[in-house]
Amino acid sequence: MAYKRQIDRLPIIPADAKKHNVTCHYCIVGCGYHAYTWPANKQGGTDAAANVFGVDLSKQQEAETVAWYAPSMYNIVKQNGQDVHIVIKPDRECEVNSGLGSVRGARMGESRFSTARSTQQQRLTDPMVWRYGQMQPTSWDDALDLVARVTAAVVKEQGEDGLFVSMFDHGGSAGGYENTWGTGKLYFGAMKIKNVRIHNRPAYNSEVHATRDMGVGELNNCYEDAELADTIVAVGTNPLETQTNYFLNHWIPNLRGTSVDKKKAQLPDEPHAAARIIIIDPRRTVTVNAAEMEAGKDNVLHLALNSGTDLALFNAIFTHIVEQGWTDKDFIQASTIATGTKRPDLYPARGEADGKPGHLTNFDGAVEGCKISLEEAAKITGLKAEDIAKAAEWIAKPKDGGKRRRTMIGYEKGLIWGNDNYRTNGALVNIALATGNIGRPGGGVVRLGGHQEGYVRPSDAHVGRPAAYVDKLLIEGKGGVHHVWACDHYKTTLNALEFKRNYKHRTDIVKDAMNGVPYGDRDGMVKAILGAIKAGGLFSVDVDIIPSQIGQASHVWLPAAESGEMNLTSMNGERRMRLTERYMDPPGNAKPDCLIAAGLAQHMERVLREMGDAKYADQFKGFDWQTEEDAFKDGYQKHAGGGEFVTYETLRAMGTNGFQEPATAVKDGKIVGTKRLYTDGVFSGEDGKARFMDAPWRGLQAPGKEEQKAKHAFLINNGRTNLVWQNAFLDQDSDFVMDRWPYPFIEMNLDDMASLKLKAGDLVEVFNDAGSTQAMVYPTPTARKGETFMLFAFPTGVQGNVINAGVNELVIPNYKQTWADIRKIADAPEVTRSLTFKSPEYRTS
Amino acid sequence: MSKKCEKLVDIGRRQFLRGTGIVAAGGIATTIAPAQSKAATPLARVNYPSSKLGNIKDLKADAPFDVAYPDADAPGVLLKLGKKVPGGAGPDGDVVGFSTICPHKGFPLSYSAADRSFNCPGHYSRFDPEAGGQQIWGQATQNLPQYALRIDDKGDIYAEGVDELLYGRLSNVL
Ligand code: SF4
Ligand code: FES
Repeated sequence: MAYKRQIDRLPIIPADAKKHNVTCHYCIVGCGYHAYTWPANKQGGTDAAANVFGVDLSKQQEAETVAWYAPSMYNIVKQNGQDVHIVIKPDRECEVNSGLGSVRGARMGESRFSTARSTQQQRLTDPMVWRYGQMQPTSWDDALDLVARVTAAVVKEQGEDGLFVSMFDHGGSAGGYENTWGTGKLYFGAMKIKNVRIHNRPAYNSEVHATRDMGVGELNNCYEDAELADTIVAVGTNPLETQTNYFLNHWIPNLRGTSVDKKKAQLPDEPHAAARIIIIDPRRTVTVNAAEMEAGKDNVLHLALNSGTDLALFNAIFTHIVEQGWTDKDFIQASTIATGTKRPDLYPARGEADGKPGHLTNFDGAVEGCKISLEEAAKITGLKAEDIAKAAEWIAKPKDGGKRRRTMIGYEKGLIWGNDNYRTNGALVNIALATGNIGRPGGGVVRLGGHQEGYVRPSDAHVGRPAAYVDKLLIEGKGGVHHVWACDHYKTTLNALEFKRNYKHRTDIVKDAMNGVPYGDRDGMVKAILGAIKAGGLFSVDVDIIPSQIGQASHVWLPAAESGEMNLTSMNGERRMRLTERYMDPPGNAKPDCLIAAGLAQHMERVLREMGDAKYADQFKGFDWQTEEDAFKDGYQKHAGGGEFVTYETLRAMGTNGFQEPATAVKDGKIVGTKRLYTDGVFSGEDGKARFMDAPWRGLQAPGKEEQKAKHAFLINNGRTNLVWQNAFLDQDSDFVMDRWPYPFIEMNLDDMASLKLKAGDLVEVFNDAGSTQAMVYPTPTARKGETFMLFAFPTGVQGNVINAGVNELVIPNYKQTWADIRKIADAPEVTRSLTFKSPEYRTS
Repeated sequence: MSKKCEKLVDIGRRQFLRGTGIVAAGGIATTIAPAQSKAATPLARVNYPSSKLGNIKDLKADAPFDVAYPDADAPGVLLKLGKKVPGGAGPDGDVVGFSTICPHKGFPLSYSAADRSFNCPGHYSRFDPEAGGQQIWGQATQNLPQYALRIDDKGDIYAEGVDELLYGRLSNVL
């Protein structure tokens, strides 16, 4: 039986409830919400005067009403130590979501830590240390002293390269400018840590080096552009599930034709119609279905290419556009470099160096280098030549009256974590540059994003390029201490099983050593740990909001606060910055990451001074922040572009709409932002010019992929699903989510299921030379034979286990091109028996 | 009681084409207006009326039968699915009742007999009446509210409760 809450009424928000600005904690879209709180012993009433909506709540409310909230939006939390009711509901006045809440964000309320209602009891409330063979609570000072002593000793002995750091760089959740600055100042300011990686990948690198190298920042347009475009191109993204309210609130109106009036008003000198959309994805997704439903099949071109062949497709589209003369010559002349550069000697097999795997040049150089016929591309991609030509036409053929077509291109993990990331990214940006679709209404070539952003840190130049492949080094036994900030390698890395095996082995060496010393003997304990490290062990410190899977191996857990438990600033996919106000207390003794980093810095300073290294100790000064706002002032205000215009006070006043970064001024108490980048045609290159990329097709680039493909029967495509946020770190404690997905699903073609004798809900093993994992079979009539899609990063079946270690030159993982075999493990277990296995595709008949 | 679900489906379609908000309830299904008594002191759960929604003879397999519960402003349907399903009542355990207001933003659901699903024109959510109203896919943060049904000897079908909060009301019984 489907999970039901058996809740048939909710406390009513009283008229005088406190109202806090909230940006959704989760995906990149950053929908606006408000958190209402009021004392536990009070409630509003149904009379209009007695509730915050001023509405008679004894009546049924209509669709899209503001005067309703779901049980998932409600909870009882602590505020300054007192129990209060809380409702976190979407804000209709926010331009991003216009009152929409997705199945992820609209569960924020229910996903708060509540002792009164027993929700998210998995949250860490105290620092914990390995003591007497298990994790036990301790004080902040005790935990930080242990961490600082071991870290300082290792750094003194091995140098700073002995300290490995995994740290999130995102906004939302427990990220944001305050916290990236706190950790950044510690590891890139006080120290210069080189063996560092980001939460979702094994190195400290950009996922979009190419577009940046070409002078085009990856978040260059605004969400309204999706309402203004003539054509939308969606590459390797499934926005209905992964950028939900951006898609629903800004793409759908254009596909439906309801934004035509807006187009006419803003862009009066050209013809307008409902948008057409090109979706480039080997798999038929709910996005394709919704687009067909709204725009009509004739206006949707789903290019279901062979996995990993995007580069060939983009080059063919680019070539065709050039041959047809559909380029924007004025733009190319004004905004891109005029003179070509010489191809690196070993190109296209290799770039100038691993850190520069492409060839940046002028338009003509790219035309020559990327040239590929429609027929040849059709062969590689498995598409029809005429469909590729059609895509080129939809993107670039001038509209009636010779007006330039406005095309917005959005891409995400299908490209980013796909074959030949650097050149494929470059080849896509080529198309936007050639057609003048950057910095103009209805344009943009943008990554659509996963999580929100909130990055401000001292320079990372010392990390180098390519950056260290940290996970590989850890497997190889390098490093003595590992600080982990809200990263769960066990769930979200490639080659995950191998990583886990080695990591567990190394951290167990330290645990065993710790078991031999009384906890109170600090000197003896540190000595034992250092001895174990010398013997190949690794001391692991995990800063997180919950005991994560990698945390099972750690020796210290430090409890962090989330968005809403602290004031936190982030920006969304159109660079829209907002302040989420603190509306509740963090669980127990948990603290904002920036203040944990500060505490660690202070302990490092003290310990180093005790060790007699005053000079090194001095580097750890400057962390005397009392609040997250202090960290914000120290970081964002001084170091972010336009940061001097931004304060908590003005952000608070700007509510859920905030402003779009970078800030350029303050006018009448309001921050003036930047709606689109590059509107003046000046790009981010030194000379203000953008570059094209000569990016020829070179097959499956990452080591091991061709062999894997030849050896195994099934493509194991993978990614996120609507219901689950990220690696389910909170959702794993949600009955609603785990009832639907007790195991990660694997979508399979029906014939493939028949030949493996599989039924819906059966558990299968997915295995190859890299490792093995499990999933639950979801029959999918639209899945192509031999092609599956598995939910990524799920706790009860880690897809990363079967991703081989091969990465691109810049250490970007390649998740999407993974092949493996499948065999049955067991019949559908009891928990899967009550599940529905119907198609996710909306239907009208 | 003779009104068919087609009307709901129609509203769904029109909504789908038009793309702006409409009133989810009120006048959609006016078949039953059960008498209700308000509890004098608030209880932990609301008191649901026991409302006769129809007779088993009224139901044809896979043809949604329009009802409203717990009052006229809360449209729903009864369905006879022809196989025992979770929450199913009657001798064959195959009669179920569901709210037809989408728990996401209150748009009216339409029923697809082809794959036995409720579909929402608002944001494409889908619910499975054969799996206790489980959301197959969608943006609602709850599964579809299902009625607790009782069928007496005469075949009369009574609804006596709902297992999730109905969209658009902060108390299932107003
Ligand atoms: S679309 Fe993204 S930001 Fe918006 S509510 Fe959903 S998870 Fe949150
Ligand atoms: S109203 Fe039904 S999906 Fe949004």
